[in-house]
Amino acid sequence: MSDNNSRRNFLSWLTGLGSLAFLGSIIYPAYKFLVPPESGEANVSQVKLPFTRSEIEGEEKKAKTFKFGRTLGLIVLTGEGELKAMSATCTHLDCTVQHRPDLGIIWCSCHNGRYDLDGKNISGPPPKPLELYIVNEIKGEIFVSKETA
Amino acid sequence: MIKFILIFIGLLLFSINGFGSDNNCMSCHLDLEDEGGSASKFAKDIHSQKGLGCADCHGGDPTLDDMDDVRDSKGFRGVPNHLEVPDFCARCHSDAAYMHDHNPSMPVDQLAKYKTSIHGQRLFSAKDKKVANCVSCHSVHEIGDGQMPYSSTHPSNLPATCAKCHSDKDYMTEYKIPTDQFEKYSSSVHGLALLERGDLGAPACNDCHGNHGAAPPGVSSLAAVCGVCHALEAELFEKSPHADAFLENDFPMCETCHSNHAIFKLSDNMIGTTESALCTECHAADDGTIGLPTADSILTSLNNLVMAHLDAKQSLDEAILKGMMTTNEEFLLKEVDQSLIQARTLIHSFNMDSVAPKAMEGIAKADTVMVNSAGLIDEYYFRRKGLAVASLVITFLAFMLYRKIRKIEQK
Amino acid sequence: MNGAQNNLIKKGYQWLDDRLHINSLVEYMSSKAVPQHSHSIFYYLGGITLFLFIVQVITGILLLMYYRPGADSAYESVKFIVSEVSFGWLIRAIHSWSANLMVLAAFLHMFTVFFTRAYRKPREMTWYTGMGLLALSMTFGFSGYLLPWNELAFFATRVGTGMAGAMPVIGDYLMVIMRGGEEVTGATIGRFFGLHVAILPLLTTGLLTLHMIFIQRQGMSEPMNWAGKKQEDKKYMKFFPNFIYRDALVWLVALNILALLAVIFPDGIGVVHWPLGIKADPFAAPPAVIRPEWYFMFAFQALKMLPAHIWFLEGELFGIIVFGLGGLIWMLIPLLDRRANENKRSPMIMAFGTFVVLFMVVMTIVGYLVE
Repeated sequence: MSDNNSRRNFLSWLTGLGSLAFLGSIIYPAYKFLVPPESGEANVSQVKLPFTRSEIEGEEKKAKTFKFGRTLGLIVLTGEGELKAMSATCTHLDCTVQHRPDLGIIWCSCHNGRYDLDGKNISGPPPKPLELYIVNEIKGEIFVSKETA
Repeated sequence: MIKFILIFIGLLLFSINGFGSDNNCMSCHLDLEDEGGSASKFAKDIHSQKGLGCADCHGGDPTLDDMDDVRDSKGFRGVPNHLEVPDFCARCHSDAAYMHDHNPSMPVDQLAKYKTSIHGQRLFSAKDKKVANCVSCHSVHEIGDGQMPYSSTHPSNLPATCAKCHSDKDYMTEYKIPTDQFEKYSSSVHGLALLERGDLGAPACNDCHGNHGAAPPGVSSLAAVCGVCHALEAELFEKSPHADAFLENDFPMCETCHSNHAIFKLSDNMIGTTESALCTECHAADDGTIGLPTADSILTSLNNLVMAHLDAKQSLDEAILKGMMTTNEEFLLKEVDQSLIQARTLIHSFNMDSVAPKAMEGIAKADTVMVNSAGLIDEYYFRRKGLAVASLVITFLAFMLYRKIRKIEQK
Repeated sequence: MNGAQNNLIKKGYQWLDDRLHINSLVEYMSSKAVPQHSHSIFYYLGGITLFLFIVQVITGILLLMYYRPGADSAYESVKFIVSEVSFGWLIRAIHSWSANLMVLAAFLHMFTVFFTRAYRKPREMTWYTGMGLLALSMTFGFSGYLLPWNELAFFATRVGTGMAGAMPVIGDYLMVIMRGGEEVTGATIGRFFGLHVAILPLLTTGLLTLHMIFIQRQGMSEPMNWAGKKQEDKKYMKFFPNFIYRDALVWLVALNILALLAVIFPDGIGVVHWPLGIKADPFAAPPAVIRPEWYFMFAFQALKMLPAHIWFLEGELFGIIVFGLGGLIWMLIPLLDRRANENKRSPMIMAFGTFVVLFMVVMTIVGYLVE
């Protein structure tokens, strides 16, 4: 009889534990879901650059690349002190382009493709311009956005 | 009946172009020619589109009805023979004032350039009637500018235009030059890019040889010619120890390793110390240079990067196959691709200290891709394990509930 | 320890009972009985549907925390949910699986009620509210499908709303109202989103409450052949606790299946799938095969198979009229099946029901076989 009793006790203890585990397996994912991920929010057609103007200025080439959705972007500090951002993928064979402050152009080293600072293809193999983005500087932070139709 | 239709079409085209009854040439010439003859093609011709008519080139009075009268009329020039063609075209095309009225941006130096070319030299000095003159490349009555897709000088048609003569063994016999350029070019990286993929940025014949002043580039100018597109490689090469050595030995710069018309897809095996490597064609272990050790070091750096890239891609592919979200890693792998391209470009410095750092940079990125992909694969198994635990808990509770139901219902 | 635990529960119960008189509620439920017979299993289908609906509400609210409607944010935010948010993939997978299973359970529930003719007096209103709930579920599915704004959803919605546009008289207006314009655009997402998270939940809550009150008041329908039986030949089960426990058991099993499906096939399986794929591009060429969700397939396929003209009507219009009439007849079955109230067989109604089921099954299969 006491044997039976302790077995019943054990089973109801196990059921209680199981119920807790059950609640846990529902609450844990829901809680983790609600914890905001590092990147904060879904970046849509705008991205805040993780660096400042002075960091771009500090670069030897007066330019930095950044991630914009699935594409790589290039932000350039022109001789006139203007920030310009565009897609960094060459329209010829998908190499990554770079700023050439010495020539005042955007340059693709793969086949000497050249673009002006507005992303327009000016010489070499590139068949089309680079997509130009809109740059906004607010309180020292740089925001790059895509032109919306 | 067909003739009538042709006449009708001809009249229609000319009335569109504003000739009307002022030009009687077509009424007879279309009649006399076979279908598809040169007169009927003229509508496609750039000259026709710019408003020029038969008489503007051939002279004579186009308003006359009788052919014989036309022949006798003032300024009639008729059909030039092969040797006369360059001057026939240059009457307008070398006349800066005339060209300015029609197409101000067009150069007027074609004849001058032509005279410097092998074609021009032979035509004028040797009176060679087989070498190319203007119409050999530009066609007779279907002359288009290089932008028109049907034009014989459009980049994608140009190789075939040159090959018309240069691939004809019988035609070229007396000149004793190879006739396999087109064949080699078509299967080269450039030929495949231009002719198969339609990449108009890829060079056709004229991009290296020039057009009106066509001549093979000289040994010393090769770097500049290839450097039009391969600027970085040319720049690196010029600064490399090979620049002087090649010049002294009269080796053509790029061509020595890459060949000319048959430039094939590159392979990392071109560098190194094995027999298949190009380096060993000049360098030997005991030649007193650091050539082979450098080649060996560059190859090692490069191979390490290639292996790292391959490993990274494999583990990324596994993560993709498992249905994980890999946007960031795919992104990073693209950067490894870039490093690989750059490292291969840096070979042209022939300096082990320039390839190695770039390779290291790529390897570091490839390692990150590997680590992250491995993390994602772990995550995949973690999900399965989590599911197994949760499922087990639910099953246990369901079983306990079942027992409970059995118990109440037994009472 | 166990004793102390029990004691605590008893005290809590006592406390509540003092204030809310729970005892009388329990007594009421204990007095209720559920008929036991060979088709008793059908009684669980409504409960499963309810369970899946609760899952939908919970996962839906969670998704709402990150989802952002709009042509240039919808896709990105769903992508963000499945790639960056922890367990986001799981929540979306459960929401999608549960949605499909809920519609399935609702359909099964409806057909079992139909063929056991449980809609007969006094349960006509339960049938009407149930039909309303089924229509709401399908609208839920249709509106939710567009929200990720991916290629698959975009073209399916364009075709779906286009079919609504073929309706007589109101078609054009209805299509513009649904799409928020002439075309499926970002404006459509706004409308579908509002429908999916505000209008439909409100209506569903209302109808569901009625549906449940009716069931609680009237109890489960007894089989037709029990009418002439003696009371002692009828077998019953207590609603509380026996039936409730069984219901809970079924829910646990359903949850387990749901979890397995969501983890192993987060993007669905076979033709019932919802990969995020690429973002909708209104100017891109539509994919070769555009399919609606499986529960619209029979209607989609039937409309596709109709000839261009039937009599003086356009084929599609004719189809929509026939479907409309068919739906109306189905809905009004409690009125039409007078014999059921007298406990008589009604072979006409059964034949009609069998035809409808066969038609739906065959058309769905054909729809998936034909490209």
